[in-house]
Amino acid sequence: MRDVAIIGIGIIKFGELWEKSLRDMAVEAALNCLTDAGTDRADSVTIGCMSSGVFNGQEHLASLIPDYLGKNNIPATRVESACASGGLAVRNAYMEVASGLSDYSLAIGVEKMTDVSTGMATYALATACDRDYEAFHGITFPGLYAMLARAHMERYDTTREQLAQVAVKNHSNGALNPFAQYPFPVTQEAVLSSTMIADPLRLLDCSPITDGAAAVLLTTVEEAKKFKSSPMVIIRGVGSATDTLALSQRKDMLELGAVKKAVHRALKMAGKKIQDIDFAEVHDCFTISEILVMETIGIVKPGQGGPATIDGLTALDGKFPLNPSGGLKSKGHPVGASGVAQVYEAVSQLRGESGKRQLNNPKLALTQNMGGSGGSCVCHVLEVKD
Amino acid sequence: MNVPKHWRAIPERYRMEAGKCRKCGEISFPSRLICPACNHNEFDLVNLSGKGKLLTHTIIRTAPEGFGDFAPYAVGIVELEEGVRIMGQITDCDPEKLKTGDKLTSKFRRMNEEGKTGMIMYSYKFVPDIGI
Ligand SMILES: [Zn+2]
Repeated sequence: MRDVAIIGIGIIKFGELWEKSLRDMAVEAALNCLTDAGTDRADSVTIGCMSSGVFNGQEHLASLIPDYLGKNNIPATRVESACASGGLAVRNAYMEVASGLSDYSLAIGVEKMTDVSTGMATYALATACDRDYEAFHGITFPGLYAMLARAHMERYDTTREQLAQVAVKNHSNGALNPFAQYPFPVTQEAVLSSTMIADPLRLLDCSPITDGAAAVLLTTVEEAKKFKSSPMVIIRGVGSATDTLALSQRKDMLELGAVKKAVHRALKMAGKKIQDIDFAEVHDCFTISEILVMETIGIVKPGQGGPATIDGLTALDGKFPLNPSGGLKSKGHPVGASGVAQVYEAVSQLRGESGKRQLNNPKLALTQNMGGSGGSCVCHVLEVKD
Repeated sequence: MNVPKHWRAIPERYRMEAGKCRKCGEISFPSRLICPACNHNEFDLVNLSGKGKLLTHTIIRTAPEGFGDFAPYAVGIVELEEGVRIMGQITDCDPEKLKTGDKLTSKFRRMNEEGKTGMIMYSYKFVPDIGI
């Protein structure tokens, strides 16, 4: 396999983008990416999108997006793995370039969620859990993670304040991100007094419903040497794994098996340990998710995620910053775009282009993107070349 | 949901029918064609006891389409005596008083009416053994 670099990144401001269509958002992010790269060459494109069929009544994005991108003769693939669709799109583009099928491959993540009512959006998201054995019984995604939160609180004495601190920390980071949907700080009190959605999770424990898109352009390390405008970021490891779709079918619901395996595979391929990583963008679809993920990938021991968050381990100035972008919580969670947006942030930080939220000279980054209640996970290890 | 889809689910929703692996004895609900424990492919159908204890739960306050009239309602993961874990609603109780470890028994209940078809859906729900 050939070594692969990321030479272009693009994103649009996340939010309720009533004036923008699904196709416009995807094309705008892609154009921003190609402009950043300094080339408009893409031999193939992969689109990560979870549910344009339900959200927009539009499938066949593998024709629509290259068409509106002005590249309607290139091979295109649309991938879906619920909220991990974006991470999977990057992985697919990686395979295109690593295998030699494409020299330049574009990955676009997109989701247009605000064209439907909240009830309909909740329904669309619930298609990512087991339709017949979970959603049929009236469970929602906040409900699934609420059950995990209750189990974690009862097993490890995790507190409501510790959960809230994840939202406080990520909003504090997101306040420095011009692309964030909710770029403002929130207080512990605001989180703890927000509307109850699914006990014990409240509104400000949940990532929002978001319109958004992001794109990255991949090529070989050899080709990437032609582009000298910004430091070269290399994909050192990719890892993907799956687990049971239904939460009830896991032997231990607090062990995110897919996340554990995906991170392990990505780190092993990169020849690195979790301690080598300078920062990570992780899948904080709910406050409890970030705590579960940091324990699962070995940043802290099981049960220590809450206390470590309170102690500032994962803050922007902490020893292991998580979600410098503001995460899904503050930046927004356009489900199919989030995995690509994580890679966008990782590259931006590694290049030293993250403005007010820039970390101090990071060299090695991890992205962790998961689908549903942890039924799938895609991770990447990225390194900036000196 | 159309009629055949509902009809296919009747053995599980009405009788809690599960598959017991003829090789290793693992019980799968729903039944599967391949045993998740040993990969064997022959099963006997068994009806689950419906008796178990609550592992975790939540109270849904923002409900998905079709469930709005029922909120707030409790949904939990129940571990049955057979070791099988099932997600279902917990009803006939004050959801605020539910606790992990509570003993529950499944009952046959109405779920909702299916959208435009007007089809009335039934399934198992769980009820605490001690009234709360
Ligand atoms: Zn078996």
